[in-house]
Amino acid sequence: MSSTDVAGNIKVELGRRYRFAAAHRLHSLQLSDEENARIYGKCNNPCGHGHNYVVEISVSGEIDPATGMIANLADLDGFAQREVLDPFDHRSLNEEVEAFRTEVPTTENLCIEIFRRMRAFPKAKLERVRVEETSNNSFEYTGDAASDSEAAPQGR
Amino acid sequence: MVLLTRKIEFSASHRYHNPAFSPEENQRVFGKCNNPHGHGHNYTLEVTVAGEPDPATGMVVDLSDLKKILEQEVMRRMDHRHLNFEVPELAGQIPTCENVARVIWNLLEPKITQGRLHRVRLYESPDLFADCYRNGAGRNAS
Repeated sequence: MSSTDVAGNIKVELGRRYRFAAAHRLHSLQLSDEENARIYGKCNNPCGHGHNYVVEISVSGEIDPATGMIANLADLDGFAQREVLDPFDHRSLNEEVEAFRTEVPTTENLCIEIFRRMRAFPKAKLERVRVEETSNNSFEYTGDAASDSEAAPQGR
Repeated sequence: MVLLTRKIEFSASHRYHNPAFSPEENQRVFGKCNNPHGHGHNYTLEVTVAGEPDPATGMVVDLSDLKKILEQEVMRRMDHRHLNFEVPELAGQIPTCENVARVIWNLLEPKITQGRLHRVRLYESPDLFADCYRNGAGRNAS
Protein backbone atom coordinates (compact mmCIF):
# COMPACT_ATOMS: atom_id res chain seq x y z
CA MET A 1 0.00 0.00 0.00
CA SER A 2 1.54 3.30 -1.02
CA SER A 3 0.52 6.90 -1.14
CA THR A 4 -0.13 8.09 -4.66
CA ASP A 5 0.23 11.74 -3.80
CA VAL A 6 1.98 13.38 -6.70
CA ALA A 7 2.33 16.74 -5.07
CA GLY A 8 4.37 16.26 -1.93
CA ASN A 9 4.24 19.98 -1.44
CA ILE A 10 0.76 19.88 0.04
CA LYS A 11 0.26 20.37 3.74
CA VAL A 12 -2.63 18.44 5.25
CA GLU A 13 -4.12 19.13 8.65
CA LEU A 14 -6.62 17.09 10.60
CA GLY A 15 -9.28 19.03 12.50
CA ARG A 16 -11.39 17.71 15.33
CA ARG A 17 -14.11 19.37 17.39
CA TYR A 18 -14.86 18.62 21.03
CA ARG A 19 -17.34 20.06 23.49
CA PHE A 20 -17.32 20.76 27.18
CA ALA A 21 -19.38 22.82 29.60
CA ALA A 22 -17.77 24.80 32.39
CA ALA A 23 -18.26 27.69 34.77
CA HIS A 24 -16.03 30.72 35.01
CA ARG A 25 -15.84 34.22 36.37
CA LEU A 26 -13.77 37.00 34.87
CA HIS A 27 -12.06 38.74 37.75
CA SER A 28 -8.48 40.00 37.78
CA LEU A 29 -6.56 40.04 41.02
CA GLN A 30 -4.59 42.97 39.63
CA LEU A 31 -7.65 45.20 39.42
CA SER A 32 -9.88 46.80 42.02
CA ASP A 33 -13.42 45.55 42.48
CA GLU A 34 -14.71 48.66 40.72
CA GLU A 35 -12.35 48.16 37.78
CA ASN A 36 -13.28 44.49 37.52
CA ALA A 37 -16.95 45.40 37.45
CA ARG A 38 -16.35 48.10 34.85
CA ILE A 39 -14.18 45.96 32.54
CA TYR A 40 -15.87 42.58 32.78
CA GLY A 41 -19.45 43.71 33.35
CA LYS A 42 -21.81 40.83 33.98
CA CYS A 43 -18.95 38.35 33.50
CA ASN A 44 -17.64 39.64 36.84
CA ASN A 45 -20.70 38.33 38.70
CA PRO A 46 -19.23 36.91 41.96
CA CYS A 47 -21.20 33.69 41.65
CA GLY A 48 -19.86 32.99 38.16
CA HIS A 49 -21.62 31.74 35.05
CA GLY A 50 -20.93 29.13 32.41
CA HIS A 51 -20.71 28.25 28.73
CA ASN A 52 -20.95 25.32 26.37
CA TYR A 53 -17.50 25.52 24.86
CA VAL A 54 -16.51 24.03 21.51
CA VAL A 55 -12.81 23.26 21.09
CA GLU A 56 -11.35 22.76 17.63
CA ILE A 57 -7.94 21.12 17.50
CA SER A 58 -5.87 21.05 14.28
CA VAL A 59 -2.81 18.84 13.90
CA SER A 60 -0.50 18.27 10.96
CA GLY A 61 1.96 15.62 9.88
CA GLU A 62 2.71 13.08 7.20
CA ILE A 63 -0.16 10.86 6.15
CA ASP A 64 0.86 7.31 7.04
CA PRO A 65 0.43 5.33 3.78
CA ALA A 66 -0.57 2.22 5.72
CA THR A 67 -3.46 3.87 7.55
CA GLY A 68 -4.23 6.98 5.49
CA MET A 69 -4.05 8.95 8.71
CA ILE A 70 -2.05 11.84 10.11
CA ALA A 71 -2.96 10.57 13.55
CA ASN A 72 -5.32 7.87 14.68
CA LEU A 73 -8.48 9.56 15.89
CA ALA A 74 -8.70 7.19 18.83
CA ASP A 75 -5.30 8.46 20.00
CA LEU A 76 -6.19 12.12 19.48
CA ASP A 77 -9.59 11.71 21.13
CA GLY A 78 -8.09 9.86 24.07
CA PHE A 79 -5.42 12.51 24.59
CA ALA A 80 -7.92 15.38 24.37
CA GLN A 81 -10.25 13.56 26.73
CA ARG A 82 -7.53 13.06 29.31
CA GLU A 83 -5.79 16.42 29.03
CA VAL A 84 -8.66 18.80 28.34
CA LEU A 85 -12.16 17.38 28.53
CA ASP A 86 -11.91 15.42 31.77
CA PRO A 87 -10.21 18.27 33.67
CA PHE A 88 -12.51 20.99 32.26
CA ASP A 89 -15.94 19.47 31.63
CA HIS A 90 -18.53 20.35 34.27
CA ARG A 91 -15.92 22.14 36.35
CA SER A 92 -15.29 25.64 37.53
CA LEU A 93 -12.32 26.87 35.50
CA ASN A 94 -11.39 29.35 38.23
CA GLU A 95 -11.51 26.86 41.07
CA GLU A 96 -10.48 23.60 39.47
CA VAL A 97 -7.89 24.40 36.80
CA GLU A 98 -4.54 25.34 38.28
CA ALA A 99 -3.65 27.91 35.60
CA PHE A 100 -6.78 29.93 36.31
CA ARG A 101 -6.15 30.34 39.99
CA THR A 102 -4.04 33.32 38.92
CA GLU A 103 -4.88 33.95 35.26
CA VAL A 104 -8.28 35.29 34.24
CA PRO A 105 -10.17 32.49 32.45
CA THR A 106 -11.02 34.51 29.37
CA THR A 107 -11.37 32.40 26.28
CA GLU A 108 -8.11 33.93 25.01
CA ASN A 109 -6.33 32.46 28.02
CA LEU A 110 -8.33 29.25 27.70
CA CYS A 111 -7.03 28.82 24.12
CA ILE A 112 -3.47 29.24 25.35
CA GLU A 113 -3.97 26.76 28.22
CA ILE A 114 -5.52 24.17 25.90
CA PHE A 115 -2.66 24.73 23.44
CA ARG A 116 -0.13 24.12 26.24
CA ARG A 117 -1.86 20.86 27.09
CA MET A 118 -2.43 19.60 23.54
CA ARG A 119 1.09 20.52 22.40
CA ALA A 120 2.30 17.39 24.20
CA PHE A 121 0.30 15.15 21.84
CA PRO A 122 3.04 12.81 20.63
CA LYS A 123 1.60 11.57 17.32
CA ALA A 124 1.29 14.82 15.31
CA LYS A 125 2.19 18.49 15.38
CA LEU A 126 -0.32 20.81 17.01
CA GLU A 127 -1.11 23.65 14.61
CA ARG A 128 -3.97 25.50 16.16
CA VAL A 129 -6.52 25.63 18.96
CA ARG A 130 -9.80 27.39 18.25
CA VAL A 131 -12.39 27.79 20.98
CA GLU A 132 -15.98 28.91 20.60
CA GLU A 133 -17.20 30.38 23.87
CA THR A 134 -20.63 30.89 22.36
CA SER A 135 -21.80 30.53 18.79
CA ASN A 136 -20.96 34.22 18.33
CA ASN A 137 -17.51 34.40 19.94
CA SER A 138 -14.53 32.36 18.84
CA PHE A 139 -10.83 32.60 19.57
CA GLU A 140 -7.74 31.04 18.02
CA TYR A 141 -4.21 30.45 19.17
CA THR A 142 -1.44 29.08 17.01
CA GLY A 143 1.35 29.18 19.55
CA ASP A 144 3.79 30.61 17.04
CA ALA A 145 3.78 34.16 18.28
CA ALA A 146 6.46 35.96 20.20
CA SER A 147 3.99 36.48 22.99
CA ASP A 148 0.79 34.94 24.20
CA SER A 149 -1.07 38.10 23.26
CA GLU A 150 -1.56 36.57 19.80
CA ALA A 151 -4.75 34.81 20.82
CA ALA A 152 -7.01 36.88 18.64
CA PRO A 153 -10.67 37.46 19.36
CA GLN A 154 -12.86 37.34 16.27
CA GLY A 155 -15.59 39.35 17.86
CA ARG A 156 -17.12 39.84 21.21
CA MET B 1 -5.73 39.48 -1.47
CA VAL B 2 -9.30 38.32 -1.03
CA LEU B 3 -10.44 34.78 -0.20
CA LEU B 4 -13.60 33.35 -1.70
CA THR B 5 -15.10 30.12 -0.42
CA ARG B 6 -17.60 27.88 -2.16
CA LYS B 7 -19.30 25.05 -0.29
CA ILE B 8 -20.74 21.84 -1.77
CA GLU B 9 -22.06 18.65 -0.24
CA PHE B 10 -21.81 15.10 -1.44
CA SER B 11 -22.60 11.70 -0.03
CA ALA B 12 -20.38 8.66 -0.39
CA SER B 13 -19.58 5.32 1.17
CA HIS B 14 -16.21 3.99 2.20
CA ARG B 15 -14.38 1.42 4.27
CA TYR B 16 -11.02 1.54 6.02
CA HIS B 17 -9.11 -1.65 5.34
CA ASN B 18 -5.46 -2.32 4.62
CA PRO B 19 -4.96 -5.73 2.91
CA ALA B 20 -1.41 -5.82 4.29
CA PHE B 21 -2.81 -5.92 7.84
CA SER B 22 -4.22 -8.99 9.56
CA PRO B 23 -7.96 -8.95 10.31
CA GLU B 24 -7.14 -8.27 13.95
CA GLU B 25 -4.82 -5.42 13.05
CA ASN B 26 -7.41 -3.87 10.74
CA GLN B 27 -9.95 -4.06 13.52
CA ARG B 28 -7.59 -2.59 16.08
CA VAL B 29 -6.44 0.32 13.90
CA PHE B 30 -9.68 1.18 12.13
CA GLY B 31 -12.35 0.04 14.59
CA LYS B 32 -15.90 0.24 13.29
CA CYS B 33 -14.64 1.94 10.11
CA ASN B 34 -13.37 -1.54 9.17
CA ASN B 35 -16.90 -2.97 8.90
CA PRO B 36 -16.71 -5.21 5.81
CA HIS B 37 -19.91 -3.80 4.36
CA GLY B 38 -18.71 -0.22 4.58
CA HIS B 39 -20.52 2.86 5.78
CA GLY B 40 -21.05 6.39 4.49
CA HIS B 41 -21.05 10.07 5.22
CA ASN B 42 -22.53 13.35 4.10
CA TYR B 43 -19.36 15.21 3.21
CA THR B 44 -19.17 18.99 3.14
CA LEU B 45 -16.43 20.48 0.99
CA GLU B 46 -15.27 24.08 1.32
CA VAL B 47 -13.03 25.31 -1.47
CA THR B 48 -11.25 28.61 -0.92
CA VAL B 49 -9.73 30.56 -3.82
CA ALA B 50 -7.38 33.49 -3.24
CA GLY B 51 -6.75 36.42 -5.51
CA GLU B 52 -7.29 40.08 -6.28
CA PRO B 53 -10.75 41.04 -7.51
CA ASP B 54 -10.71 41.65 -11.28
CA PRO B 55 -11.24 45.42 -11.71
CA ALA B 56 -13.67 44.82 -14.55
CA THR B 57 -15.91 42.28 -12.80
CA GLY B 58 -15.13 42.72 -9.11
CA MET B 59 -14.61 38.95 -8.87
CA VAL B 60 -11.71 36.87 -7.60
CA VAL B 61 -13.07 33.96 -9.61
CA ASP B 62 -16.26 33.59 -11.60
CA LEU B 63 -18.48 31.50 -9.32
CA SER B 64 -20.23 29.82 -12.21
CA ASP B 65 -16.84 28.61 -13.50
CA LEU B 66 -15.92 27.39 -10.02
CA LYS B 67 -19.26 25.59 -9.67
CA LYS B 68 -18.67 23.81 -12.99
CA ILE B 69 -15.19 22.73 -11.90
CA LEU B 70 -16.54 21.37 -8.61
CA GLU B 71 -19.34 19.57 -10.42
CA GLN B 72 -16.95 18.04 -12.93
CA GLU B 73 -14.07 17.15 -10.63
CA VAL B 74 -15.78 16.31 -7.34
CA MET B 75 -19.53 15.74 -7.66
CA ARG B 76 -19.35 13.51 -10.74
CA ARG B 77 -16.50 11.50 -9.27
CA MET B 78 -17.61 11.12 -5.69
CA ASP B 79 -21.28 11.89 -5.10
CA HIS B 80 -23.24 8.73 -4.35
CA ARG B 81 -20.17 6.60 -5.02
CA HIS B 82 -18.15 4.09 -3.07
CA LEU B 83 -14.81 5.80 -2.53
CA ASN B 84 -12.88 2.52 -2.30
CA PHE B 85 -14.08 1.12 -5.61
CA GLU B 86 -15.27 3.93 -7.84
CA VAL B 87 -12.70 6.70 -7.55
CA PRO B 88 -9.50 5.72 -9.38
CA GLU B 89 -7.54 8.56 -7.79
CA LEU B 90 -8.04 6.87 -4.41
CA ALA B 91 -6.98 3.41 -5.59
CA GLY B 92 -4.52 1.85 -3.17
CA GLN B 93 -5.20 4.45 -0.49
CA ILE B 94 -7.33 4.28 2.62
CA PRO B 95 -10.14 6.77 1.91
CA THR B 96 -9.67 8.75 5.12
CA CYS B 97 -10.71 12.36 5.33
CA GLU B 98 -7.02 13.34 4.94
CA ASN B 99 -6.56 11.30 1.76
CA VAL B 100 -9.87 12.33 0.17
CA ALA B 101 -9.08 15.99 0.85
CA ARG B 102 -5.63 15.59 -0.69
CA VAL B 103 -7.06 13.91 -3.78
CA ILE B 104 -9.58 16.73 -4.15
CA TRP B 105 -6.77 19.29 -3.85
CA ASN B 106 -4.81 17.52 -6.59
CA LEU B 107 -7.89 17.43 -8.84
CA LEU B 108 -8.82 21.07 -8.32
CA GLU B 109 -5.51 22.88 -8.25
CA PRO B 110 -4.68 22.56 -11.97
CA LYS B 111 -8.24 23.48 -12.96
CA ILE B 112 -8.39 26.73 -11.03
CA THR B 113 -6.67 29.24 -13.24
CA GLN B 114 -8.48 32.37 -12.12
CA GLY B 115 -7.07 33.17 -8.69
CA ARG B 116 -5.29 30.27 -6.99
CA LEU B 117 -6.46 27.47 -4.78
CA HIS B 118 -5.82 28.50 -1.18
CA ARG B 119 -7.51 25.86 0.94
CA VAL B 120 -9.55 22.69 0.64
CA ARG B 121 -11.49 21.81 3.77
CA LEU B 122 -13.39 18.53 3.76
CA TYR B 123 -15.80 17.74 6.58
CA GLU B 124 -16.54 14.04 7.02
CA SER B 125 -18.86 15.00 9.87
CA PRO B 126 -19.42 18.31 11.67
CA ASP B 127 -16.73 17.30 14.18
CA LEU B 128 -14.08 15.89 11.85
CA PHE B 129 -12.40 17.61 8.94
CA ALA B 130 -9.15 17.83 6.98
CA ASP B 131 -7.54 20.99 5.59
CA CYS B 132 -5.13 21.12 2.64
CA TYR B 133 -2.82 24.01 1.82
CA ARG B 134 0.12 24.47 -0.45
CA ASN B 135 3.15 23.86 1.74
CA GLY B 136 4.47 27.10 3.17
CA ALA B 137 1.18 28.84 2.47
CA GLY B 138 -0.75 27.42 5.40
CA ARG B 139 -3.33 29.34 7.26
CA ASN B 140 -0.79 30.37 9.86
CA ALA B 141 1.59 31.65 7.20
CA SER B 142 -0.92 33.54 5.13
